[in-house]
Amino acid sequence: MSSVTLNNIVKRFGNFTAVHRSSLEIAEGAFVTLLGPSGCGKTTNLRMIAGLLDPTEGEILIGGKRVNDVPIHKRNLGLVFQNYALFPHKTVADNVAFGLKYRDVPSSEIPRRVEKALELVQLPHVAHRYPKELSGGQQQRIALARAIVIEPDVLLLDEPLSALDANLREDMRVELKRIQERIGVTTIFVTHDQSEALAMSDEIVVMSEGRVEQVGAPEEVYNTPASEFVANFLGASNIMDARCTKAGAHVTVEAPIFGKLDIPADKAPLIETEGPAKLVVRAEKLLLSTSEAPEGVVSVPATVETVDYQGQAVRYFVRAGDTQLQAINMIDGHPFAEGTNVNIHLRPQDCAALPGQ
Amino acid sequence: MSVEAREARQPWILLSPALTAVALLLFVPLIFIVIYSFWLRTATGADQVGFYLDNWQEALTDPFYRDILLNTLKIAAITTAVCAVMGYPAAYFIARSKGNKAILLLLLMLPFWISYIIRTMSWINILGVSGAFNSTLMALGIISEPIQMLYNETTVILGLVHFLLPFMVLNVFVSLDGIDTNLEDAANSLGATRWQAFMQVTLPLSLPGLAAGGLLCFVLGAGTYITPMVLGGPTDAMFANLVFEAIITQLNWPLGSALSLMLLVVLGVLVLIYNRYLGMAQLMKGLG
Repeated sequence: MSSVTLNNIVKRFGNFTAVHRSSLEIAEGAFVTLLGPSGCGKTTNLRMIAGLLDPTEGEILIGGKRVNDVPIHKRNLGLVFQNYALFPHKTVADNVAFGLKYRDVPSSEIPRRVEKALELVQLPHVAHRYPKELSGGQQQRIALARAIVIEPDVLLLDEPLSALDANLREDMRVELKRIQERIGVTTIFVTHDQSEALAMSDEIVVMSEGRVEQVGAPEEVYNTPASEFVANFLGASNIMDARCTKAGAHVTVEAPIFGKLDIPADKAPLIETEGPAKLVVRAEKLLLSTSEAPEGVVSVPATVETVDYQGQAVRYFVRAGDTQLQAINMIDGHPFAEGTNVNIHLRPQDCAALPGQ
Repeated sequence: MSVEAREARQPWILLSPALTAVALLLFVPLIFIVIYSFWLRTATGADQVGFYLDNWQEALTDPFYRDILLNTLKIAAITTAVCAVMGYPAAYFIARSKGNKAILLLLLMLPFWISYIIRTMSWINILGVSGAFNSTLMALGIISEPIQMLYNETTVILGLVHFLLPFMVLNVFVSLDGIDTNLEDAANSLGATRWQAFMQVTLPLSLPGLAAGGLLCFVLGAGTYITPMVLGGPTDAMFANLVFEAIITQLNWPLGSALSLMLLVVLGVLVLIYNRYLGMAQLMKGLG
């Protein structure tokens, strides 16, 4: 188990800069997710930590030691790929034992270690099968067993769940987290799936176009996005041009439609002065109702334009004046029909604000 | 007609031109060859129709034919081994190169645009007494007399390697190209050096391609008569030269037929052994 530090890392491929200068501290034993759309540099970062790519500038430290010049096979890392990358010509047991052969593990000890690893991923009975005889989910468990049996200092997971079916993905998510907590290994997880990131991480690093947009605990990046990109990438948000009319302990933002809103300062940590601002309202914080708003809740009349029924939740597109807003509401029974006149209820403390241009 | 019946018929309709060609151009002549091999060539030069085992007896018992057959298999085996050793690294390089794979493959195919005979004869201009190699050495004053380099077993193997190397490279390339590069990365991350990862993962996974390339090189090499004719000496005849000699020179079709069937059976057995252990699917993959 080791901490991982990226110090002023830059990665360029020819003229293209895949990762702009960035630094990152990953604590020992933490589960950190690099989250972002494809091409944001998250996998490039992972591959640099793994030793599959050399950083153009900057240094990488694992457990406080600089590893830039340490080749991949000496870094003692567990690496899990999206496509499992199991050796097709070796049995499951031989796959899992592969890394042990290059370590000072007595050969009499190997079968026991393999067995233990297979038990940890709950597949003790497949040792003599070949990878192609297993389902995708089982193959990914074996890939995980192969990576952790060597007791790596850091576990690197490159979109390990993306190739699995939706249901299996959610099960594996829980399973993966359980295993990680049990062995306590520092884990760096790369994904483009925000729900995986939110569910599993101690800390999320949101990346976009080779830059780190925000680093924080899941609740933090979700509730207090540091940029418009983060607000949009994690869940659905309504972002409106607004004006900050009072900064300080309570921030007052004046937005179209909603008027003056008092936002707690911790929901607008980046706002320092009065002036242009952006109001960020999560879609699930806009509650559609036909009744009057209770005390302290802002209410705005609107018309339902589009209804996207999803079972227990509904995504509405509503129009208030000339602004279209997105609202995701949990429902019990029937959704509002298109064309219904409703009131949008919003609690000011549920809003966040960003500095505007 | 039902959809299923139509779908079941479709492959046969599409295959029928090829099947017709194979039947008319391969199987029918083969049957003639089998029949010829039992005829007898008389002293007058006329063929005696009938069922005689004389040709077969001669082909199977005369040590002359046996020795040349063994020598042919030996030359084909050496050629195959040289092609494997030279072709594998080249195929690996092409499979792992980024971007310009298509150009490299085109370069590999380029020699096929020139006739195999011309390519073989070009060695005379390189290694012959007044060829490029000797002229250069003489001009540089390193030697005073031209070295006799042509017309021996080594130049026959050289010519065969020149002819067959692209087949090996293509087959190994197809095999290597289908191997997920993540596998090597995974092996490296688990502690294997690049060489260990290659030996443990890449090489075993590419063996079917190597075997397919080897089979092609061996069969084509063992069946050739042009190369030994152009680049070999009087004692370097290969088995196909005997067939050529019997049929074209001596006009002894019955004996030539028996000899060619003998070679066909020997190579056919090798193909069957290959098929038993590795399957034809890999060979088809390599040819496609």
